[in-house]
Amino acid sequence: MTEESGRPDRPPRKSTRKAAPRRAPAQKTNGATRRGSVPATDFTIDATSSNGTTPPMPNGSGPAAANGSAPIPADDRPAPLPPSVADQPGDVWDDRVAKGLAFLRRRLGGDYEVDEFGFDPELTDKVFLPLLRLLYRDWFRTEVFGVENLPANGSALVVGNHSGTVALDAIMLATAVNDRTPNRRHLRLLGADLVFRMPIVSELARKSGGTVACNPDAERLLSTGELVGVFPEGFKGVGKQYAQRYKLQRFGRGGFVSAALRTGTPIVPAAIVGAEEIYPMLADIKPLARLLGLPYFPVTPTFPWLGPLGMLPLPSKWLIEFSKPIPTTHLQDQADDPLVVFNLADQVRETIQQTLHTLLERRPDPFGR
Amino acid sequence: MRSRPTGSVVVTGVSRFLGAHVAARLAADDRIGRVVGLDPHAPPAEFAHLLDGVEQVRGDAGSASTVIADLEAEAVVHLALATAPDPQHGGRAAMKEQNVIGTMHLLAACQQAPRLRKLVMRSSTAAYGASFRDPAVFTEDTEPREVPRGGFARDILDIEGYVRGFRRRRTDVTATVLRFAPFIGSSADTTLTRYFARPVVPTVLGRDPRLQFLHIDDALEIIHRSVVDDHAGTFNVAGAGVLSLSQAIRRAGRIPVPVLEPGLSAASNLVRNLGRSGYGLDQVDLFVHGRVVDTTKLVGEFGWSPRSTADAFDDFVAGHRGGAVLRREQLALAEQAILDGIRQARATVQEKA
Repeated sequence: MTEESGRPDRPPRKSTRKAAPRRAPAQKTNGATRRGSVPATDFTIDATSSNGTTPPMPNGSGPAAANGSAPIPADDRPAPLPPSVADQPGDVWDDRVAKGLAFLRRRLGGDYEVDEFGFDPELTDKVFLPLLRLLYRDWFRTEVFGVENLPANGSALVVGNHSGTVALDAIMLATAVNDRTPNRRHLRLLGADLVFRMPIVSELARKSGGTVACNPDAERLLSTGELVGVFPEGFKGVGKQYAQRYKLQRFGRGGFVSAALRTGTPIVPAAIVGAEEIYPMLADIKPLARLLGLPYFPVTPTFPWLGPLGMLPLPSKWLIEFSKPIPTTHLQDQADDPLVVFNLADQVRETIQQTLHTLLERRPDPFGR
Repeated sequence: MRSRPTGSVVVTGVSRFLGAHVAARLAADDRIGRVVGLDPHAPPAEFAHLLDGVEQVRGDAGSASTVIADLEAEAVVHLALATAPDPQHGGRAAMKEQNVIGTMHLLAACQQAPRLRKLVMRSSTAAYGASFRDPAVFTEDTEPREVPRGGFARDILDIEGYVRGFRRRRTDVTATVLRFAPFIGSSADTTLTRYFARPVVPTVLGRDPRLQFLHIDDALEIIHRSVVDDHAGTFNVAGAGVLSLSQAIRRAGRIPVPVLEPGLSAASNLVRNLGRSGYGLDQVDLFVHGRVVDTTKLVGEFGWSPRSTADAFDDFVAGHRGGAVLRREQLALAEQAILDGIRQARATVQEKA
C-alpha cells in the first residue's frame, strides 16, 4: 500500500473539519436550506433585535421556511407542496408544468438547434447536466479549485489526467466547468474513436458536445472560441491498474499541443483526483477484451462479481484543480516543430502531476467527506 | 468574364430531373448561344416541355466524342450520374457503366475538344466516404479514410480521380467539380425524399446521424453560375447548418422505427437481390455516420450561399404534408389542451372547496 492509504487513522478528523469551510463556496448556490440552520437564526436574531424591518434576501427564506408554510420556495428545489395550495396565477407549479410541456413540444416537433458537431445545447442543459450534477455534487462531493484560470469567453484547451476504468472523469470535468463558470460554459470533449464506434454511446457523446479526437475537429472548435477538453493519456490512462494510480502515463504524440499552437489557444492543465478510486481495476482479462474488441476487460472489487451492481462507481471524494493557463500565442508559428511540441507537452504533464500530488495531500482519505 | 460560353453548351443526362432543369435554365439564358442535351433515353413527358429550347441528341457517352467535336462545344456540363441502381435498366452493373465508363468516355472526348473552355461536373459529398474516425466536418481537402461500401460512393471516388487526370492534361479548361449534399425540396424526387415521404421511417438503432441537405433549386443555381462564370476547383455544395436524422423525422411529423444496423444492411442487400430499387449501402452508411461539409470555400468563391439545411428541409415538409403523422400544430394543440385541462380541474376543485 502506498502512503496515502497508509495514514487514515488520526489526521482525517482534523481534515474533515478543515474541509467543511472549503466546501462552502461549492455549495453556495443551493446549500441554503441544507446548512441553513445556523446562519438563518443569526439573521432572525439580528432582524428582531435591531428594528424589526424586513431584512434583505436571506431572511425571506429563513423564517418562512421555519414556519413550514412557504408560499414560494426561494431556491429552485422542488418543494413538496400539495398541488391544492398552488392556485395563484403566478404559481411555480403552473410555470413548471407549462415549461415542461413547452419543452416536450419543442423536442417532439424537432424544434431545436444542433450544431455541426451534433451538439444539442438544450438537451444537454435540460436533461444531461441536471442528472450529472447529482453524481457530481452528491455522489462524488466534487470540490473545484482554480476556476478563474478558465477564460470567461474565448477558447482554451483544457488538458486533464485520465483514469477510472470508465471515462467518468471527462464527464465530471465537463459538469464542473458548466457548474462553476459564471456564464455556464460547455466543455467540448474530444473522445476516442471507440466511443463513436458504439451505437447509443456515440450519439450521447455527440449530443452532449463531444467529437472524435482528431486535429481538424480540435482546431475547428478552438478557432470558434470553444472550451475544449482533451485527455492525452487516452486508454493508457483510463485502463491502468489501481496500483498505478495518480501516475501520469505517456502523452501520446502531442497532437493536442499542435492544435493549441496552430490556433494560438492557451492550455489549461486540469488535475482530477478521485476518479482512480471509482472502479479500482485490479486485473485486466486480456483474452476477453480481445474477444469483445475492447482495449481492456476490467476486474474490480465489485465487477464482474456483483453483476450490474458492480457497475456502480464507488463514492470517492473528488478534487479538481485548474492550473494557470499556459499561453501559446508566441509559439504560433512553431506548431510544426516537434521539439517545441514535446517540450510544451512535457510542461503540461509536469504541471498536472505536481498538482495531483498537492491535491492528494489535501485528501488523505479517498472516501472521506 | 473571359470564358463566358457564347457558343454551344453540352448537358448530359437531360432525361433526368437535374439535367432537364439545368438545360432549360441555360437555354433561357441569352448569354448562352446553343444548349444541346445528350442522353441515351428520351426525356419523360414531365420534362418534355422544359426542353423546348434545347436541342436533343440521343446517344450514350460513347457517342460524346462525335457530338462534342461536331458542335465545337465550349462547355460541357456532366450531370448523367445514377445515384442508385435501377432494376428496370440493368441494376448496379448498368449504374457503374453509366457513372464510371460514361464519365471516362466523356472526359476522353473533352480532352480532344480544342475549343472546350469549361467542364462542370456533378459529384457528391459521398466522396468523403464513411468512417468512425472521420472528422465531424469535411473540408474539400479531406481524404476519405477507407473505401466506402456503397456503389455510388465508390463511383464518385473513381470519377473524381478521372477529373484530376483531366485537369492535369488540359490545364486550359476551367474544371468545376460540385460535391452536392443530398438534394431535397418540395419538387425533388430522390431516394432520400421518398424515404422521408413515408409515414413510418426506418432508422439505424442507436445512431442519430447529422445530415445536411441542399435545396434542388439552389443546386440548379450553382450549376448555372458555374457555367456562366469561372469558378475553377472542387466545391462542397450544401445548405448551412445541420439537422440530426431524428430531428428531421420529427420536423416532418414522421414516426421513426429503429432497426439494428446489421439487419438494415442485410435487408438492403436482400431488396437489391430481389431486383427492387431500395436503399443501398450508400444510404445505410449515411444513416450510420452522417455527413457534414464545410461550405466556406463555396460561399467565398461564388459570393452566394444556398439556403440553409433547415430551410430546405422545411420546404420539403411543406410539400409533403399529406404523409405527416404528427404535425407541429397538433403538438401545440395537445399542449394547449393539457394546460386547459389542468386549469379546469383546478377550477372545479376550488368550487367544491
